[in-house]
Amino acid sequence: MTSKTVLHAKHLESGAKMVDFHGWEMPINYGSQIEEHHAVRQDAGMFDVSHMTIVDIQGADAKAFLRRLVINDVEKLNVAGKALYTGMCNNEGGVIDDLIIYFFTETDYRLVVNSATREKDLAWINQQAQGFNVTITERPEFGMIAVQGPQAKAKVATLLNAEQTQAVDGMKPFFGVQAGDLFIATTGYTGENGYEIVVPEAQAADLWQQLLDAGVRPCGLGARDTLRLEAGMNLYGLDMDESVSPLAANMAWTISWEPSDRNFIGRDALAAQKASGDQPKLVGLVLTEKGVLRSGLTVVTADGEGTITSGTFSPTLGHSIAMARVPRSVKIGDTVEVEMRKKLVKVNVVKPSFVRNGQSQL
Amino acid sequence: MSNIPSELKYATSHEWVRNEGEGIVTVGITEHAQGLLGDMVFVELPEVGDNVSTGDDVAVAESVKAASDIYAPVSGEIVEVNEDLEDSPELVNSDAFGDGWMFKIKLDDESELESLLDAEGYEHSIDED
Repeated sequence: MTSKTVLHAKHLESGAKMVDFHGWEMPINYGSQIEEHHAVRQDAGMFDVSHMTIVDIQGADAKAFLRRLVINDVEKLNVAGKALYTGMCNNEGGVIDDLIIYFFTETDYRLVVNSATREKDLAWINQQAQGFNVTITERPEFGMIAVQGPQAKAKVATLLNAEQTQAVDGMKPFFGVQAGDLFIATTGYTGENGYEIVVPEAQAADLWQQLLDAGVRPCGLGARDTLRLEAGMNLYGLDMDESVSPLAANMAWTISWEPSDRNFIGRDALAAQKASGDQPKLVGLVLTEKGVLRSGLTVVTADGEGTITSGTFSPTLGHSIAMARVPRSVKIGDTVEVEMRKKLVKVNVVKPSFVRNGQSQL
Repeated sequence: MSNIPSELKYATSHEWVRNEGEGIVTVGITEHAQGLLGDMVFVELPEVGDNVSTGDDVAVAESVKAASDIYAPVSGEIVEVNEDLEDSPELVNSDAFGDGWMFKIKLDDESELESLLDAEGYEHSIDED
């Protein structure tokens, strides 16, 4: 039995092809995922992300609890609405999930975690909260719509009332604000400007329709994947999981080592890995010839083998790109080989960021 | 339900075959197949002059989702390939039975056409998938 989001009927109205995504019946595309991709890079597109899990953490110990729970440090958050990307690790330093934390006050935070990991995340969070004075509240009564692209904010602006317009006015990237019934955040998973909007379920279909009427194109999971990969953003379950260290997933920047006495979960294991310097690393690969790099393919380097974690055709660049986990000694700029359809093809190693704000980063 | 033209012949591996007369057939993949594959990004075609046997993997349709082998539905010689697919692989999506054709084969044995599925037979084969 699959779950359906509050926008399910709207997807069918728009001709969506639906697929089972970790137990949720979600749109993969509405005809052409490449056209949807281009809409986000060039204009504005929207995604139903209502399947994602919102968890509010509140209480006297909320800050202390999160400083223990995640590898980044919520101490950095001191402006209301500021968001933080981080990983949540187990004691062995494996990534249980990646998530965004919004700060409201030191006793009030909002987490947005992945849907596919919902049950284990909630179990882990509740287990780790023992001894902390916090309440952990899942918020399934909301839908969530990501509106992304160079025209996304302008198109959303036409739908906002005066109070909401004022609330989002001048909001910097990676912030969120409660504006009337909507929680509006300047976050996303595409490498473009835009909003992620949390909306009460009863209003979600109307908001979706208003966005459609404002010229925002509905986009499915197919385009979401090519957009996030072009932007060099990890997908949990492909680019990292509990067997992978954040040091091997291009997430070292999300670890706050200072202050050295902050005892976050996984710290000892990660510190040992860092000291030994033997973790592989996640890099970008570019194939300019024909063919598409795919998840699971073997990467052959002078320093040993690696694996493609995510690969796709990049609609913006017109050739294939991938993220791959390779030996640490492989350098940006190197040429390595990928075994594709029984032959070895040469690919270039780049930083894992390919397209941002419509522009090639290569 | 996908469009399955009744004047064409089909292979269970989702190729369609149009009899152009004089022992020549045109081959492409069905609308059903392009729908399963999604947006096409590369199509690798055989060389004109290649001799192919029924069931040989002779072309590759690579979509955003997957690479899929295209099999020769009949034996013969490749006499023409659709060069428009080099720059416009999306023709396979937009017009699978028309401008999205892939190659033409000069049949070794015209009677081989009779062993292919008709539209009804192909429709049944999809239903069983």
